[in-house]
Amino acid sequence: MIKFLFKGVIRDRGRSVLPIIVVSIGAMFTVILHCWINGIMVESLTMNANFNNGHVKINTRAYAKEASQMPIDLAIIGVNKLTKELKLSNPDFDWVHRTRFGALIDFPDSIGETRAQGPVTGWAIDLFSSGSNEADRFNISEALVSGKIPAKSSEALLSIDLAQKFNIKPGEEFTLFGTSMDGSMVFRNFSVSGIVRFGSSAIDRGAIIIDISDAQLALQMEDAASEILGFFNTGKYNDEIANNIAASFNKKYASSMDEFAPEMITFKQQEGMADLLNISETMSSIFIFVFVFAMSVVLWNAGLLGSLRRFNEFGVRLALGEGKNHIYKTIIFEGVFVGLIGTMIGTAIGLLFSYILQEKGLDISGMMKNSTLMMPAVARASITPSAIYIGFIPGVLSMVLGSALAGIRIYKRKTASLFKELEV
Amino acid sequence: MENRSLISISNLSKRFKVGNGEFLALKNINLSIAEGEFTGLVGPSGSGKTTLLNIIGSLDIPSDGTAEVLGKSISTLSHKQAAMLRNLNIGFIFQTYNLLPVYTVFENVEFALLLQKKTFAERKIAVMEALDWVGLTDKVKSKPSQLSGGECQRVAIARAMVKRPQIVLADEPSANLDAKNSHHIVQTMKRLNKELKTTFIFATHDEKVMQYLDRIISLKDGEIEKDEFVNHAKNE
Repeated sequence: MIKFLFKGVIRDRGRSVLPIIVVSIGAMFTVILHCWINGIMVESLTMNANFNNGHVKINTRAYAKEASQMPIDLAIIGVNKLTKELKLSNPDFDWVHRTRFGALIDFPDSIGETRAQGPVTGWAIDLFSSGSNEADRFNISEALVSGKIPAKSSEALLSIDLAQKFNIKPGEEFTLFGTSMDGSMVFRNFSVSGIVRFGSSAIDRGAIIIDISDAQLALQMEDAASEILGFFNTGKYNDEIANNIAASFNKKYASSMDEFAPEMITFKQQEGMADLLNISETMSSIFIFVFVFAMSVVLWNAGLLGSLRRFNEFGVRLALGEGKNHIYKTIIFEGVFVGLIGTMIGTAIGLLFSYILQEKGLDISGMMKNSTLMMPAVARASITPSAIYIGFIPGVLSMVLGSALAGIRIYKRKTASLFKELEV
Repeated sequence: MENRSLISISNLSKRFKVGNGEFLALKNINLSIAEGEFTGLVGPSGSGKTTLLNIIGSLDIPSDGTAEVLGKSISTLSHKQAAMLRNLNIGFIFQTYNLLPVYTVFENVEFALLLQKKTFAERKIAVMEALDWVGLTDKVKSKPSQLSGGECQRVAIARAMVKRPQIVLADEPSANLDAKNSHHIVQTMKRLNKELKTTFIFATHDEKVMQYLDRIISLKDGEIEKDEFVNHAKNE
């Protein structure tokens, strides 16, 4: 019987072609959107972790409350000792300290007068220590548009938009104006060693990167930093482990009332990150639901039209002694078969497009110009194993649902009128 | 030896709702049809031929009275039991053939046996035998669209006969055929009736079919007007 049904589905184009096209399109879009959302989210999460959040992050309690202001006067003091302790107690992590700061930079003209001036966000990271992974974490070698990575004190990297805005080239000097940890005004000269483009408008708009030792000197933050970040050595975030480590760390300071006591939070606990982690799954679920619903309606109607076209066939089958239940089951079976074929075709095409999107990406920098979100300017897809099966959910489900709804008509068929109906 | 009765109908009436009222399609029908009969229900349109055929074929149930087919009371059968009765014991031939267009001649005839879960070897033997009865063994791979009307009806006869049913019900089987083909297909059925002892019941008002019938049951306004056995000596 199964072979008989296969032959019918394959030979009867009206029964298979339209549903296969509809299912293929739905499955294809599901796969592409799933891969694309997944790619953007993974890249966004990685960027956020690498640039801002780490997998776990330590600030003073006071700093954590005002973190968006980057208040270096509330920074952690004694970071070298604390970092050393963390490295000993949690060797599965790479522990680094950084300072984020707000400042003003001033570019002089040939006679020393201000040529250009603007606010910047500063990242002070460990660029000079041997064994430091910070340059790799910021992907600086890839991000370099011109110049080189700072190799000695008083060298800085400048973000591309800022460099273009002020027409700055590597080798030019600027003065950084800021406030020290004690609240006094400080300034220090730097030279631009290179121009970088990270691909995120939030960073490229106006950032400088300097070595942590330069920042400690310039901002008078000896043995201090605004944050200590921990990164899993595996590179992959594990919420359970991160939670355990944070709980264990915070336990030590639980009884302290000191607002400068350090406090560890996980990546997911940081503002907006839990939403970002969940959004990928939610978006995929929403797309699947939308496609299941839309395709079911189309396939239901296609099924109804098919039932009208196959009115005589079902009548003959009833007359020949096939039960209504059996006919209904065969309609569902045909639905599963067509759904599987359509999904396989749609998934293959979807994976192909996803691969192209993964390799080439889509430039969304125009949309991200004023965004404060740390997202990649080129949105790339990411093909994961789930992309192979995700299309089957809307593909097969919608076809079965459409067939099941359309097939209900068979139960309304009265055998008593078969002769009359079949005499047309 | 007298043939056993396959169909026994007593005091059968069938009413249909029409608007707020009722239409009496069959009135107090009493009838017995024995094994091997070649019987026709004849009469003008609306006389109740097809309604009676429906009830005998377990496609409908009587409003009053009883209809026993192969010892089973049609009124008491569930949908499943009625389907089973049709599947195993009753063949149908329609006016417009109603072959499944996407399947070959072989597959159309094979379908009834698929429902009976016969093996491919059993099906192949039975299908080729049935196609041999109707002279279409050379058309096994043809699609219905490649056949003439007469050939399509012969495939329909093979489909009805392939499961060796005890009863075949044919509703105006010659209505769409020319005279030559009409004679041909009725002669084929007559031959099968004689060779296999299959009971054929026709609903017809075609003179060409009537001349082959052994028994003519005339219906008028839902009642049996005349029930007579025909002497074919003059035809032979």
